[in-house]
Amino acid sequence: MALLAAAIVLLIILFLVWETLPILQSIGLARFFNDSSWHPTSEEFNLLPMLWGTLLVTVGAVLIATPLGIASAIFCHYYAPRAIANLYRRLVELLAGIPSVVYGFWGLVVLVPIIGRIRPPGASLLAGILILTLMILPTITLVADASLTSVPPEYLRGCAAMGLGRWATVHGVVLPAASSGLLTGVILGTGRAIGETMAVLMVCGNVVQTPKNVFEPVRTLTANIALEMAYATGHHRAALFVSGLVLMVIVFVLVIAAELLNRGRIYV
Amino acid sequence: MKNLRILAPLSIGAATCLLLQSCSKPPSAANQSANTPQGKLVLTGSSTVAPLASEIGKRYEAEHPGVRVDVQTGGSSRGIADARQRVADIGMVSRSLKGTEKDLQAFTIAKDGISVIINSDNPVKSLNARQIVDIYTDKINNWKQVGGLDAPITVVNKAEGRSTLELFSEHFKLKTEDIKPDVVIGDNEQGIKTVAGNPNAVGYVSIGSGEYAATHQTPIKLLPVAGVAASITNVSNGTFPISRPLNLVTNKSPTGLTKDFIDFARSQQAQDVVKEQYFVPVSQ
Repeated sequence: MALLAAAIVLLIILFLVWETLPILQSIGLARFFNDSSWHPTSEEFNLLPMLWGTLLVTVGAVLIATPLGIASAIFCHYYAPRAIANLYRRLVELLAGIPSVVYGFWGLVVLVPIIGRIRPPGASLLAGILILTLMILPTITLVADASLTSVPPEYLRGCAAMGLGRWATVHGVVLPAASSGLLTGVILGTGRAIGETMAVLMVCGNVVQTPKNVFEPVRTLTANIALEMAYATGHHRAALFVSGLVLMVIVFVLVIAAELLNRGRIYV
Repeated sequence: MKNLRILAPLSIGAATCLLLQSCSKPPSAANQSANTPQGKLVLTGSSTVAPLASEIGKRYEAEHPGVRVDVQTGGSSRGIADARQRVADIGMVSRSLKGTEKDLQAFTIAKDGISVIINSDNPVKSLNARQIVDIYTDKINNWKQVGGLDAPITVVNKAEGRSTLELFSEHFKLKTEDIKPDVVIGDNEQGIKTVAGNPNAVGYVSIGSGEYAATHQTPIKLLPVAGVAASITNVSNGTFPISRPLNLVTNKSPTGLTKDFIDFARSQQAQDVVKEQYFVPVSQ
């Protein structure tokens, strides 16, 4: 099974390279970062604004969702009464199960008009960040919850024996002990945020530009593929595969970074 | 790593990949036996006509089990070239034939029209072509300048490559590079939702989907163009200016299977498919 999964990943990468090779050979990789803009039908292929879009939306969502997610896991574990904690966990699990298109639809008809009242047009980087925060929050919370559960009980008893307060226990012992699991949760959340397409497509505005503030619309690499694939031919279509390849490279770098960080932690 | 148990299902990354490989095989000659058509029909060309042709093809296949209809895209110019060289039985072209293409025969199966839409809370009654061009190129960016409220205009544009964008920019002589949008959308439905949710937005959609939404409690209104109300009726009788025919073209007068398919596509049996795809049926 594992071998099959690995083979499929390799096949997908091979397929992407195969589809992008002709355009990379004929116009070169540099054009994807140096062209003046993204107008594939008139042979302009700058991907940088969309790369920024993907990175900003993802980083924004992860920055908001990480403290919230870890805080709510800590709340569940060490502060909330059992009944409330269980109810809360069920709700977060439910949140994790909502399909992305539902988040997107809700964002489009509720969130975007609200933001639009503050600063038009509403469909913006901010809307994307908020929707993605909602989407990755359950991932981070649930993984954090699981890693808090796996903190050995003797640590907690040791803390109690030393007369440490609740916050001192959490802050001084539990968080360092669970840090590897918490980090994994954040990485998984980041992966989900980078790859999210439908919800982001619906709320981000999709204008190809490098945003100057959070109220400006952006287009992500994933949204770019989904928006234009149906009608693209020739070089335009190949350029969309380059978007996919760039996305793949980002995820690859992320996985390697996570691996290195985690390795460091285990031996420290 | 005791938490592997929960990590395993979570870490199944979803990598979807569209394997859209066009398998271009030379078309087998259309079978000429008249009453029970058999064989394979190859249609190539416009990506606007392709979804419609492929739906009509499915229905045709269902009624004629011996026939396979193969639809491939590649743009109207490929439709012309393939039909001319007889690489395809039928070419699909989303415009009228040009003077140099009169050696081919065109059969209109539907019309495509687009209408400019705004939110129904917007007091603006109409926009002329000049104003629309200025709004889309960001020379006008407040509704006050065209007789509306003092509010910034949210320009909703379609993603590059879409046929609605092509028709819109062609009609208003706009270059896609010059359009300065605030929101870029994919399909018509998303455009309608965006304009319905934003009282200061202006966008354009296929007339079929626009009229359907406007008559089904969605808070949008369709603006008239050059004094002609935007409606399916006006596209169908040819008075509405932003429209174009969707044609099937053949090299010479169609016979056999090709003729049967074209007749089928233009008949009553295919009209509801045309409406489903938000195109306008041709008045017979």
